[in-house]
Parts: sequence; structure tokens; C-alpha cells
Amino acid sequence: MGSSKIVVEGLCKIFGTNPNAAMDLLARGVTKDEIFSRTGQVVGIHHASFDVQEGEIFVLMGLSGSGKSTLIRLINRLVEPTAGKVVVNGRDIATVRRSELTSLRRTDMSMVFQSFALMPQRTVLSNAAFGLEVSGMGRKQREKRALDVLEQVGLVTFAHKLPAELSGGMQQRVGLARALAVNPSLMIMDEAFSALDPLKRKEMQNVLLELQKNQRRTIMFVSHDLEEALRIGNRIAIMEGGRIVQIGTPQQIISNPADDYVRAFFEGVDTSRYLTAGDLMQTNDVPLVRNFDQSSVEASLNGSAEYAFVLDSERRIRGFVTRDAIGNASPSLLKVECISRDASLDHVVSRVCANSTALPVVDDQDRYCGSVDQANVLKVLTRNRGAHV
Amino acid sequence: MSEIIPLGRWVDQSVHYLLDHDADTFDAIGKAIEGFAALIEHSLQAIPIWALMALFIGVGLWRVSWRFAIFATLSLLLIYATGFWDQTVVTLGLTLSSTLISLLFGIPLGIWTAKNRHVAMIVRPILDLMQTMPAFVYLIPAAMLFGLGRVPGILSTVIFAMPPAVRLTSLGIRHVNREIVEAGQAFGCTPWQLLYKVQFPNALPSIMQGVNQTIMLALSMVIIASMVGAGGLGNDVLASIQRLDIGLGFESGLSVVLLAIMLDRITESFGRAPGTASAPRFAGLRSVMRVRRQQPGRAELNR
Repeated sequence: MGSSKIVVEGLCKIFGTNPNAAMDLLARGVTKDEIFSRTGQVVGIHHASFDVQEGEIFVLMGLSGSGKSTLIRLINRLVEPTAGKVVVNGRDIATVRRSELTSLRRTDMSMVFQSFALMPQRTVLSNAAFGLEVSGMGRKQREKRALDVLEQVGLVTFAHKLPAELSGGMQQRVGLARALAVNPSLMIMDEAFSALDPLKRKEMQNVLLELQKNQRRTIMFVSHDLEEALRIGNRIAIMEGGRIVQIGTPQQIISNPADDYVRAFFEGVDTSRYLTAGDLMQTNDVPLVRNFDQSSVEASLNGSAEYAFVLDSERRIRGFVTRDAIGNASPSLLKVECISRDASLDHVVSRVCANSTALPVVDDQDRYCGSVDQANVLKVLTRNRGAHV
Repeated sequence: MSEIIPLGRWVDQSVHYLLDHDADTFDAIGKAIEGFAALIEHSLQAIPIWALMALFIGVGLWRVSWRFAIFATLSLLLIYATGFWDQTVVTLGLTLSSTLISLLFGIPLGIWTAKNRHVAMIVRPILDLMQTMPAFVYLIPAAMLFGLGRVPGILSTVIFAMPPAVRLTSLGIRHVNREIVEAGQAFGCTPWQLLYKVQFPNALPSIMQGVNQTIMLALSMVIIASMVGAGGLGNDVLASIQRLDIGLGFESGLSVVLLAIMLDRITESFGRAPGTASAPRFAGLRSVMRVRRQQPGRAELNR
């Protein structure tokens, strides 16, 4: 990942007629509910700060009313911020002039909506070309471009139909095509797939991931569905009552939820599917031998340990030694299978079952990170299940 | 009973003041309206009778249904046969010019009230006044200011018929799906583009409903406006009342009703939700033709 595409700093949104009073109270640490009862102002977003990397899918997750739709609308200023900065491509959206905002919206950022928001009286083609039409592109040129993107989402044969003649999934493909047509570097997707049935939702997620493979865009995606977030998100921000409570990769959030609110999202979701060897491993289960000679082998195995991993000077795995080596002047080095840190749970389980000893987990440069054994896997699995049953 | 506030006298005085001091302004407005109405009436009269009938029937067939086209044919022939054709055309002309003036002011006003809460607050009671003030109350001062004839008739019709155009335009614009409006903004519409590319087309069903209501109210008002000399079918209705001529009243009244039904169905068809109007357009006609085409096939089967 490259540089930051979006930097949000101390972003606040107060809904109401007297936002300054609410901002003062907020600065003094008064709670959202108390601000509402004292001033009648509603705190929409409360000091949100985060950044989104170039080419990343950043998912905002939260229950309804948590402010995720407001936050996403602050990014393209459909909602005016009360305080704070939204820097996109180095420009602060919160303070740019109207004309600049308009041209930015026309060329570099687009949006996909939960209710699709297609114009019912326009054909699929005309809907897909809407953004280009608004920016003043000629009919021939914009229809050619719109046909290109309809091709990408697999709707080219429906170009001359009206949206009402299409199924929900197909309508959202039109919504996606409309957003892609202006070839933006940033796409904002507000619960884009929430109105679709589970099968169609998965299908659309695949369409999105497929598109993302070929043309990397920065995508901010709002969802209330954890599985969706885990599936498509490079990083996830979890929101509650207008605040961001946790930001992290799917693995970080699953293995280390910040609080019960975050944990509640795991309800009914088989999060173990998203665990990797890195989440399962233990770091100090197996003793390590750095210098492969008799004394250090004996020193490391003098506890209860049955075996130790042998590392080279770069912390790469050379093999392992067992207790049999004790007393042997030139201990024999046994070969061991390594598991990559990113390996899925399925892979870990199959390898661990095939071996009676613990297996070392290594990073992408083959350096030792930790170890997994059967007991480990069972323990983590039951903990994950237990957390939300 | 003595009055505490002499409101009536103030209004009376201001009308007379306007008569004495602003006669030129009223003359200019009157001339403009007169010219516009005459243009429309003469254009309608210039169309041959058969062509005007064909226009009604054709549009009915295109937009409504073949059943309606048959109804329109019979209605038009009945109006012609009872000898009210000329008066009906005059009434149609008055209705059209009043409607056009109402829409010319009503639709922009509706858009403005939808966009600005303060304007809406001021306009709403004025619309209430226009709709509920008994027509005769402003018919007479209008006649005093503009003189007898088409002009006061059209003006009072505009007062009576404009409110639904304002209200339904405002309602339509305000009720455009929020996400559709946001989509317009998110793709970089200027406020003007947002209005004519997003809000207006999406509010069209509601706006057309307003147009329909305006036409119906205008038609009912131009009949009453014959009292200040607007002419048309209203003259016959008025004459029938004055002469207690029940037959004449029924004939002229029936022409009004038939014209009203035709105008209503046709304008209403333009206000249907997009997509639904286009599909069944010729459905009825097509099914008739399909049956006809199938008949030889069936005959062969029977053999």
C-alpha cells in the first residue's frame, strides 16, 4: 500500500441550530445524551480520526444510528462538517470552494447508494452515463464509456432497459457502473449491497473484488454486516454512537476486539474462518536454540520441553532437536515443516493433525514468529466459539 | 352592529385608488392577457373541425386506451350535433390560456416554495385565500379594473386554478427520494443541474397531477367567468339560468362535462409514473389486432 488517500482529523458533526454550544460541551467531555437533553443538538460524529491508504478497501461498520452513513457523507461533503479536517489527495474537502468541490465530485470521487438511487425515467445506459453527462461530456463519447463500464459489470445487453425492468442485484450493478463511469480514484459505497439477498450480495462482493484486482481504487464501504466487512475489507473501522471504537485489519479485530460492543458483532458469525496461523500461534511454547552446539541445546531442553527449534543467525528455522540429543556431542538436526503466518485455519488444522510436534510459524521472509500445535488450535477455536455463543 | 376595523372600506378605497392612479399598468397587463388569449382562441378556431377531433381521438388512443378513443369520438360528435361546437372551442381556448398562465407562474413558485421554507410560509396562506375566497368576490373588482370580457375572466380563473399547480409541484420536488437527490449532488450537479436533471424529472408525476387539477379547476371557473363576459359555453349556461331553459342548460352543461372528462383523462395519462405509461400504451389496440390476426389460424384448426 502506498501513501494516505484520505486523512480525517478530529472530524465532528453536530446536527441542530446551535452547533457551537454543543461543541463547547463536547470539548468539556459532556456525553452525547446529556448534550441532547441540555441543548437539543444531536452529535452525529464525535472526533473521528483515521486515514485510508491508496488502493485500500476501508469498511466502516456499526449499528444503525452509529453515524457511519453520516461519516461517509462527510468525505464527499454531502454533509457539511462542523469541525475537523477531511483531507483527500492533500486537499481539505471541508474548506474547498463550491466550484472545486463540484469538479472533484465530477472527476475523482463517486458514490453507490443503498437504495440504488437510479433515475427511474432514464434507461440503464443513460443512468450509467449520468456522471459524465453532468460534467458536460458529449452524448456519443459518454455513451461509449458507459457501455464499456456496463460491459465490466455484465449488463451491456440491458443497456436500453429501464431500471424498473431489472432485478435488485442488476439495478445495483447499474449503480456501480454509474460510479465507475467517471473513473474515480475514490469510491464511496453506502451500504451498497445491504438491500440485496445473501446470494446476490456475495455475487456483488465478488464483482467488486474482481474489479478491484484490475483497477485499484480507494473504496470506503459502509456496512452493518460483519461477514461482508471481513470478506472485502482491507481494514475495518467499527463505530458506536458517532465515535470510532476500533480500527484494524479483519484479523486484528477478530483476535483482539476492543470491547463488548465490537464482540457483539461476532454474534452468529463463524469468525474462526478468518483466523490465520499468526492468530493461532504461541510465542513462547517451544524453546529456541540459536547456536547449534551441545551446551545450548542442553540448556534449552533442561525444563519440561521435549524438543526445541533451531534457528540461524537470521532467525530462520533450520530444524528441531529432541531430548535424545542431550549428551550427544554432535546432536542430530531433524527437519520440520514451516507454516506461513498468513496460512488459513484449514491449512493449519490439516498440517497440525499430520504432525505430533508443534510446527513453527514464519513470516514472509521465513523468520520465526511462533509455534502452533494441536492444543493451541483447539484452545483458540473454543475461545472464538465461546465468545459469541 | 358597528365595525371596529373598517377592513372592507380600506379594500374598497384601495381598489378605487388603483383605478384612478394605476390605470396604465392594468391596461398593459390587460392587453397582454387579451393578446395571448386571442392568439390561442384564434389558433384553435383556425384548425378544421375534423382535425381538432382527430387530434383528441389520436392523443386518446396513444396515451389512454382504444375504449377512451371511442368515447372521445362519440362525445365530440355529440357536442357537434347539439350545436355547441363553436362555444366549446371558445371554452377550450379560455381554459388553455388560463391554464398556461397558471402553470407559467405556478410551477416556478412551487419549486421556490419547495426549496425555501420562508417562501413556503408566506405562500401557503395566500394559496388558501385563492382557493377558498368565493369567486364572485374577486370577479367583480377584476371586471372593474380590467373591464368586461376575457381578461377579468382569465385572471379570476388563474387565481382559482393556480394553487394545485403550486402545491403539487412543491410536494413533488420535496418528495423526490433523498438518495436520488444525493446521487445528483455526489456526481457533481450544480444546483441548476440538480433541479432540471434530477428533481424536476423525478417530480414529474406529481407535477402532472397538478397540471391536471389546474385544468379541471380552470374549466369549472371559465364557466362562472362568463358572468363578466368571458364567453364560451358559460354564456349558454348563464342564458339557460336566466331564461329557465332546462333543455339548453342540460345541453351546454353536458358539453362542459364531456370536455372535462376528455381533458382529465388525457392530462392524467401524462402524469403516470414513468415506465408504466409506455408499456401498456398500445396494449389494448395490440390485443385487438392480435385476436384478428389469430382468427385465420383458429379457422384452420377447426377445419
